[in-house]
Amino acid sequence: MKINKFYVVMLLLALVAPFVLYPVFLAKLLCFALFACAFNLMLGYVGLLSFGHAAFLGTGGYITGWLMMNSGLTPEIAILLGTAAAGVLGAIYGKLSVKREGIYFAMVTLALSQLVFFIYLQAPFTGGEDGMQGVPRGNLFGLIDLSDNLNMYYFVLAIFLFGFWLIHRTIHSPFGQVLKAIRENEPRAVSLGYNVNDYKWVAFTISAALAGLAGSTKTLVFQLASLTDVHWHMSGEVVLMTLVGGVGTIFGPVVGAGVIVTMQNYLSGGELGNYIHIIMGFIFVVCVLAFRSGIVGEFQKVWKRNFG
Amino acid sequence: MSADYVLETRNLIKAFKGFTAVDDVNLQVTRGQIHALIGPNGAGKTTVFNLLTKFLTPTSGQILFNGKDITAMKPAAIARAGVIRSFQISAVFPHLTVLENVRIALQRKEGNSFHFWRPQAVLNKLNDRAIELLDSVGLAEFADAQTVDLSYGRKRALEIATTLALEPELMLLDEPTQGMGHEDVGLVADLIKKVSADRTILMVEHNLHVVSKLADRITVLQRGAILTEGDYATVSADPRVREAYMGTAASEEQDRMNAEAAAAEGHKEEVQA
Repeated sequence: MKINKFYVVMLLLALVAPFVLYPVFLAKLLCFALFACAFNLMLGYVGLLSFGHAAFLGTGGYITGWLMMNSGLTPEIAILLGTAAAGVLGAIYGKLSVKREGIYFAMVTLALSQLVFFIYLQAPFTGGEDGMQGVPRGNLFGLIDLSDNLNMYYFVLAIFLFGFWLIHRTIHSPFGQVLKAIRENEPRAVSLGYNVNDYKWVAFTISAALAGLAGSTKTLVFQLASLTDVHWHMSGEVVLMTLVGGVGTIFGPVVGAGVIVTMQNYLSGGELGNYIHIIMGFIFVVCVLAFRSGIVGEFQKVWKRNFG
Repeated sequence: MSADYVLETRNLIKAFKGFTAVDDVNLQVTRGQIHALIGPNGAGKTTVFNLLTKFLTPTSGQILFNGKDITAMKPAAIARAGVIRSFQISAVFPHLTVLENVRIALQRKEGNSFHFWRPQAVLNKLNDRAIELLDSVGLAEFADAQTVDLSYGRKRALEIATTLALEPELMLLDEPTQGMGHEDVGLVADLIKKVSADRTILMVEHNLHVVSKLADRITVLQRGAILTEGDYATVSADPRVREAYMGTAASEEQDRMNAEAAAAEGHKEEVQA
């Protein structure tokens, strides 16, 4: 019940936030939060570190961007198709990678995402180094003008809530129970008759599709799709967000994304701009050494100790 | 007449580089019996288990389950066919509750294990059956406890309850009493006896007292090959078995003494330095 109250408060804050803060910044934050939540489904709930999630973020972004510029589809359809494309790519990549574990899984996913990076670098439709500029936001359902930032923000909020709900549901589903069992003791799960790779594969596909959803939405927000989104830096950044916020906690990636995106936003403008990577690296080291379970994880521990 | 055998291996061989861990093993497990696999350390007992459940792939030979060749099947498929194994270290899901542990096993047959869009509450209808199973191993009162908090003996009991949930035709137990105190050994042994009523059990066991109490038939392995087979009286009277056991026991004792002597020597040198 306590948790439910917490969600209600968060939702109310999210609804009034654009009247206080810049809506585009908030929308960006939500996109990255969704991306980090999708990533966390693999790392936190399956126990596999994917180092190639940028491929799905970028694929969603490019496909949606291209459709908005060339097809005349409404934005919700373009986002849906972008998400589906990332899901299909995820299904293929998942099939190839879930047989491996630990560092090998990370390396396979990294290699595959680099492959995607170079394809997007060369392919004519992406605009190569320049990226895809001036993507129109269009009218939602053909009715609501998304070029209005406030409308855009609420659309993004709805998408984020859907994604967050889906992840929450996945974790607390019969499927999620099996995932937990696999994470806890894989050989035992096998000996109970579960084809563990199939479960990992489905989780990977869901995770990839949601990362694609985040990318598709992000492209609409910024009216831009670029190589930054498929670069391996992006794959690393999402690891950072998740670890800082708290891996394996449902709300951790949201907090992590909030912290990292806010820092990037405020630091890159100021005189500390040149030091941004050093500062982020420092925070990362501190987190890994001192707050193993991330901001939310540590908070939960303290809460449990004092009020639990 | 292979139909009398639940499980049969034919010329089973597992060779690692330069070392044959399992050497031409022909094992027959009769339906309804408790069959024990014993032998000194390194005799290949666990390797045989891993081969039977396909956690390892045999170099050559055949494995038959109910007369059907299962040599090429994958571990999870073998489990679904009705051969469920336990592990040497207790195989539980530590951060799930005791009830959830059993439910994981019950859940598979429900066919909703891929349903990521449905709430977990659909699993609650399995709770009664899970409690029943927990009750049969004396764990019902711990249903809501985190598994990690259970004692070692209770974890093993939970493992047996989880295995029973699948109603296996053949249970493979890998050293079920290993690392247990006296009371727990007795408890688990009684439990195995109880659950063996209408199924077949193949177990690896070090504790000869447990073996003598439970096993209908015993196969002795030594250096990967079958040394002898029979009931407890036959096997324990076999001079080769005595030699195999006493031999290792004696040499282990010698090793231990050597190690102690070496350690003492090292200590002396340290002091002198």
